[in-house]
Amino acid sequence: MGHTVIEKIFMNHSSDEVKPGHVIWLDIDTRSARDFGGPNVVKRLESVYGEDVQLADPSRTFFTFDCVVPANNIPYANNQQLCRVFARNKGIKVYDVDSGIGSHVAVEKGLCWPGSIYVGTDSHLNILGAVGCFGQGMGDADIAFAFKTGRTWFEVPETIKVEFMGEAYQYPVTAKDLTLWTLRHLGSRGALGCAIEFTGDMIDSLSMHERITLSSMVTEMGGIIGFIQPSEEILAHFRKVTGNENVSMPLADHDAEYKRVEQIDISDLKPQIACPPKPDNVMDVKEAVGGQGDAVFIGSCTNGRVEDFHAAARIFSRYPVHEGVMVKAVPATKGVFGQLLADGTISTLYNAGVIISNPGCGGCASGQIGMTGKGEVQISTSNRNFRGKQGDGDTYLASPVVAAVCAVTGRITDPVAFLEEEERR
Amino acid sequence: MKFSGKIWVLTTPEGRLVDDIDTDMIFHNRYLAETDIGKMGQYALDNLEGWEDFANRTRPGDILIAGKNFGAGSSRQQAVDCFRSLKISLLIAESFGAIYKRNAINSAFPILEAPGIGGAGFQTGDVVDVDSETGAIRSERNVLFQGLSFSKVQVDILSADGLFQYAREMEK
Repeated sequence: MGHTVIEKIFMNHSSDEVKPGHVIWLDIDTRSARDFGGPNVVKRLESVYGEDVQLADPSRTFFTFDCVVPANNIPYANNQQLCRVFARNKGIKVYDVDSGIGSHVAVEKGLCWPGSIYVGTDSHLNILGAVGCFGQGMGDADIAFAFKTGRTWFEVPETIKVEFMGEAYQYPVTAKDLTLWTLRHLGSRGALGCAIEFTGDMIDSLSMHERITLSSMVTEMGGIIGFIQPSEEILAHFRKVTGNENVSMPLADHDAEYKRVEQIDISDLKPQIACPPKPDNVMDVKEAVGGQGDAVFIGSCTNGRVEDFHAAARIFSRYPVHEGVMVKAVPATKGVFGQLLADGTISTLYNAGVIISNPGCGGCASGQIGMTGKGEVQISTSNRNFRGKQGDGDTYLASPVVAAVCAVTGRITDPVAFLEEEERR
Repeated sequence: MKFSGKIWVLTTPEGRLVDDIDTDMIFHNRYLAETDIGKMGQYALDNLEGWEDFANRTRPGDILIAGKNFGAGSSRQQAVDCFRSLKISLLIAESFGAIYKRNAINSAFPILEAPGIGGAGFQTGDVVDVDSETGAIRSERNVLFQGLSFSKVQVDILSADGLFQYAREMEK
């Protein structure tokens, strides 16, 4: 019997028998901790092994600060400094408060690569499935253990194959709509405890940022990870940034065994929106129109790439932000921010009336920007709208295009109808 | 292992078992800077509607029963540690979020999966006996339900009293 992608990656990182349901030990390529979770990792290591704890491989161990950056409260400032001092003593590189979202830094800088294993204290690290890396968020005990030993245990999950049927979507429909549509189809427990392989002709045509958006919400489907076979362009990126010409990605065998195959028809995909208080509470935007929007958040690991801001800027270059609506833009990383500055997108956003922040996670982590007050309605491009997650207000999840259209109209608005009407004028 | 204690069944005001209780409902992100386990218990479930005062009402040794996908969401260890802090002896759920399950196992915090337990008829205040080897859950009113037994890795880490101790034993 053949093997799935996750089984192949595990076989390359374990001497145990890789079979769904088996608990195996894995050798990890990269481990990291953030300013959230990181201090607990340090304290745990020092309490168990003492201050002179020896780590398995400091050169493959990182801190990535992205939650409250730069710190706006003393506990976070203390926590960040505690990690910095530990890192200095152990020879660990810190991607500090200026860097942006750790998982995106990992992709940009080549801390991960297709076929590798990366664990850290971010529950959306499985986003790395977008580039064919087994990324996994874990708690601080797990990560402290990974820092110390370079290993982790894992129960080999079964795999669900998701096949997208139909033609690729067109603007104003985006990868976020595809993602929410998939979540609508699978539900919050549709992939519970399973890996996913996303397949179908249209998948091959997706660029990096679109793949990131899709894989970023497998957590909300209850899944372990969602793999997408890297394109030649993505392989070339990782060969360049890692300096390893041999970076490649294991393919699933033709006779691999899947738990089930889900076919999802996307031929008539419309802009989607997830209504509070659950990410899988998804409907067509046109079914949710009319409600007032007080605030808009554009950013997060799900939609914080250059192309996401370009999509929003297509709207903001023609229409200003509606009076009274607070629109917040947070680029995923310093690299993204730099590109947006260089190509004029930041000016477009600023001139339309958007608040622009330094890179990071924003409101998802109670961070610098993106929190709402009781009764406040926010349309967010992030991935979770649980009660209290991004403040006390009500959060709707949507694409950067939908978010931008809502920002300029001040209401939940279907971009298809909006753009058609604007064209008629 | 055998567990015995008074149960709290995490239900809605209408009496339905709550599914998808996420880590922000268990331990809200406004407390994330807290790294002292002794102080975590007071915040447990205080963002879950109807359960805000749980920390004041529970007693050491109590057992929790929850719905599907308990602990969905973030990787925060505090969502496990807050129950350890309150000395909850066992957490039973229809199913757990994947990261939550690992965090609990690694911390040697006993959790037991019991798919379908929502319809079994257990009520808050019942005293139950649980056998983790067989997965049997029985109340003093003789409500009986068959959950899943602990997995091998779970038993190994539990009996070593945590992942780090387990690793030391492996190295011996």
